Amino acid sequence: MSRPMGRPSQSSIRYSGPPMPAETITLDVFRFQPDGDGKTTFQKYDVPYHEHWVVLDALNWIKDEVDGTLTYRWSCRMGVCGSCGMMVDGVPKLSCAAFLKDYYPRAIRIEPLTYFTVERDLMIDQEGFLGKLKSIKPWLIRDDDQTPDGGEYLQTPDQLASYKQYSMCINCLLCYAACPVVGAEEDFIGPAAIALAQRYNLDSRDQGAAQRADALGAEEGVWGCTFVGECSEVCPKNVDPAGAIQRAKVDSVKTWYKKLLMPWGGS
Amino acid sequence: MAEAIQHDILIIGGGGAGLRAAIAVAEHDPDLSVGLVSKVYPMRSHTVAAEGGAAGVVKDNDSFAAHCSDTISGADWLADQDAVELFVAEAPRELTQLEHWGCPWSREPSGHVAVRPFGGMERERTWYAADKTGFHMLHALYQTSLKYEGRIKFYDEWFATSLLVDDGRCQGVVAIELRTGLIHALTAKAVILCTGGAGRIFAFTTNGAIKTGDGMALAYRAGVPLKDMEFVQYHPTGLPGTGILITEAARSEGGILVNRHGDRYLKDYNLGQPVDINDPRHPQKRTMELGPRDKLSQAFVKEHEKGNTIDSPFGDVVHLDIRHLSAKKIRLKLPFVRELALNYAGIDPIREPIPVRPVVHYMMGGIHTDIQGATPLPGLFAAGECACVSINGANRLGSNSLTELLVFGARAGAAAAAFAREHTIGATGVLEKQAEDERRRIREEFLTKTGGTERIAALRSELYHAMETGAGIYRTEASLRQTDQTLETLQGRYRNLQIDDRSNCYNTELITALELRNMLDVAGALLHSALERKESRGSHQRTDHPQRDDAAYLKHSLAYRQDDGKPRIEYLDVVITKWPPAERVYGAEAAHVAPDG
Amino acid sequence: MKRRYCTPLGPTWFLGRAGYRRFMAREATAFAMAAFLVYLLFLLRGLGRGYHDYLEIIELTKNPIAVFVLSLIFGAVLYHSFTWFNLTPKIMPMYVAEEKVPDFWAAILMGYLPWAAVTAVVLWGVLWWSG
Repeated sequence: MSRPMGRPSQSSIRYSGPPMPAETITLDVFRFQPDGDGKTTFQKYDVPYHEHWVVLDALNWIKDEVDGTLTYRWSCRMGVCGSCGMMVDGVPKLSCAAFLKDYYPRAIRIEPLTYFTVERDLMIDQEGFLGKLKSIKPWLIRDDDQTPDGGEYLQTPDQLASYKQYSMCINCLLCYAACPVVGAEEDFIGPAAIALAQRYNLDSRDQGAAQRADALGAEEGVWGCTFVGECSEVCPKNVDPAGAIQRAKVDSVKTWYKKLLMPWGGS
Repeated sequence: MAEAIQHDILIIGGGGAGLRAAIAVAEHDPDLSVGLVSKVYPMRSHTVAAEGGAAGVVKDNDSFAAHCSDTISGADWLADQDAVELFVAEAPRELTQLEHWGCPWSREPSGHVAVRPFGGMERERTWYAADKTGFHMLHALYQTSLKYEGRIKFYDEWFATSLLVDDGRCQGVVAIELRTGLIHALTAKAVILCTGGAGRIFAFTTNGAIKTGDGMALAYRAGVPLKDMEFVQYHPTGLPGTGILITEAARSEGGILVNRHGDRYLKDYNLGQPVDINDPRHPQKRTMELGPRDKLSQAFVKEHEKGNTIDSPFGDVVHLDIRHLSAKKIRLKLPFVRELALNYAGIDPIREPIPVRPVVHYMMGGIHTDIQGATPLPGLFAAGECACVSINGANRLGSNSLTELLVFGARAGAAAAAFAREHTIGATGVLEKQAEDERRRIREEFLTKTGGTERIAALRSELYHAMETGAGIYRTEASLRQTDQTLETLQGRYRNLQIDDRSNCYNTELITALELRNMLDVAGALLHSALERKESRGSHQRTDHPQRDDAAYLKHSLAYRQDDGKPRIEYLDVVITKWPPAERVYGAEAAHVAPDG
Repeated sequence: MKRRYCTPLGPTWFLGRAGYRRFMAREATAFAMAAFLVYLLFLLRGLGRGYHDYLEIIELTKNPIAVFVLSLIFGAVLYHSFTWFNLTPKIMPMYVAEEKVPDFWAAILMGYLPWAAVTAVVLWGVLWWSG
């Protein structure tokens, strides 16, 4: 029988070869319990410092070993599910992609994503975002829905490349936490929603741009954006929502002119 | 307690299979109301992490028979051949349908969908979306499901804790609404479980936090057997330490596996002979690095025993080398692999080989269903990784699972809809009483309990360490019995669990405790199925019974829960249609086993 | 009971993050552009009134304070132009053979190169005209 290959330490989610380190790092974590008196506090935790650990590992260690009431979202731990967004030292990050070694030996402040309603501790209310997402009809719209028996809709690699970047959005909402307009105007549909609208508008198979035009061309659509560009800075997947929004503005203007010059229709 | 919530169909789990089932009902039976209960927002489901691709016959030089024969031989003949034939035949249509719903499949210059070769497959038939196929599939499905606003109601972050069963039928679930902590009864005429696998019962896994076998445990506790639980797939190339998946597609594109001596060691394990990496024939299908996953993982263990593996800070590894692929190819076809290697292994695969080792990835076993997705409990259906039809048998070929979500998600949706049309909800009073009992149990066992001494994390880490040691790639009677003993102790200690969090709003610690119970149940079914199967087949390797034994074990194992915690194991014959059992042969000389006539 | 988690966005909202500060600096250069346009209008008006009026304005701008202020405006206008060109690839991305041209090169091709070319032509024209 093969000998066990690696022995997971009891108190970490990952196997760590070296023994428990002597060094620690402090996490200063936002706490809010809606059932209680509604006060918000910060709680400090001293966590073992491993060079390969990310903030998520530290949070898991706290929840496992010290304080089971600490509440946050996570799942894939590899930067693709979008669950674990939070403010790490004031910057929106995925906690599974924020390495402790980039902060050590300083303490790290952990807060829920800004501009969102906090449900509890580090968990935010995502329902608002889902409403905004639905408003831009994020699905392929065809004038003629063909059955799959006719084979795939053809799409060249170049056509795929023209919208591919915007299809990479993992809905992590870091861009919303970076956008001052989201902070100022609650109705602004926001970077990810507009990027996803562009993903479909630019998809050669889609014929639904007209159906998305009202939502995009509204005050709380693309015209709320002042091109601060922070959304693209924090996006972990290089979706570049800022670019998507500016391009959508150009399209919105073109649509407006078309309607003006050809009010009888034609697209 | 709130009144029961009623739907025609309830789907538990919002991943690929669950969403496909929901869309199937919404499209074909729009007057039926669907409730989709998921413990996470659907776009967080673990389908999102799948990378390599989804198989479906599409090329002229390919055939349904070839896809069948690859799948059946890959399964070491434990797959039900009628199910495989059906799966293979419906696969291309399902993948094309997903394309119509917007999935951004990678393309050939002509505009047609591109396919790549994959492990254990004789022809290229794996559709892919760069190396984030699961991500694109899940988002295409989720975004498409949003079209059916009135017909599909989402219960996001609701955790199902038990099935409601009355009058010999499954009629709903009890679920905790995480936001409020309220425990609801949700009733329906048909329930479809699409809750995924249980990789988190092992120490090293590609799986995310949520893969805790919840649906399997729900069905198991309701008396439904779990089939073929002993078959656990180790993916040959996971990152050491974290277990993060490095897709098989890296090998499809020509990546090679080497040991500490720089040797392509797979040539010593009946997987054919390598050709030079610059040879246009590389990579050869069903050969070397494109062999089936069980054999590649077993080869790692053997290399380790010979002392040929490489030391790393996170245990023993081998190297996956893609340096010989052009930087352009890596950026276009394997960008996520590069991103993961840079972030989590600290190396750039354009310049350095990636350290990898086998990690638990997929459970071939699951809730016993027929080819419609129906379980033996009327009204209860299952699809996806949590189900076992079985098309994957003793070992799954890469890229069959993502297609499986679509084919059987749609079938289970259709079957559930047909069932719902013919039945009405029974006595809601009885069901509400069951829910009330469950609510009281949870309050007493967790929320108001005092004096417990065990912590969730301690029990969980002992569980996954024991599973990894005793029920890993190679098992013996002794190792399995030892782990079973640990499991028994853990089940006892679980009754002494104490959680810190007693609140209502988003009590994730409570959910983790309930998940742990599910993990313990699933582990028990796995261990006993493994103990009773005294042969080696596919991914279940017993060093004390190293041969395949078709006479005694060309059967599925069915684990039925019993009150003392030790399941009763029964057997069910495998359905053989056109492919009589033969030896599994890989390597360029292997001829595929074609049906006679 | 839930809480919206943010500091209310007051008039100094942009000081908190480097990205926000850069944004405000960029937007503030619009004032510099406006000031430069006013200066240009004065020059043109002077020209329209005759050579002597034009020379008067040039004399006015020779004093050190004016030079200093005009240098600041010039710097801001340059910064405005740089940020404009750098952002253009985001609004009009370039694709070559399935891959996106990186913003750096796209900005050069779509912005700086044409700018340099036009400047060269105008300079040459002016020098040729003035003999």
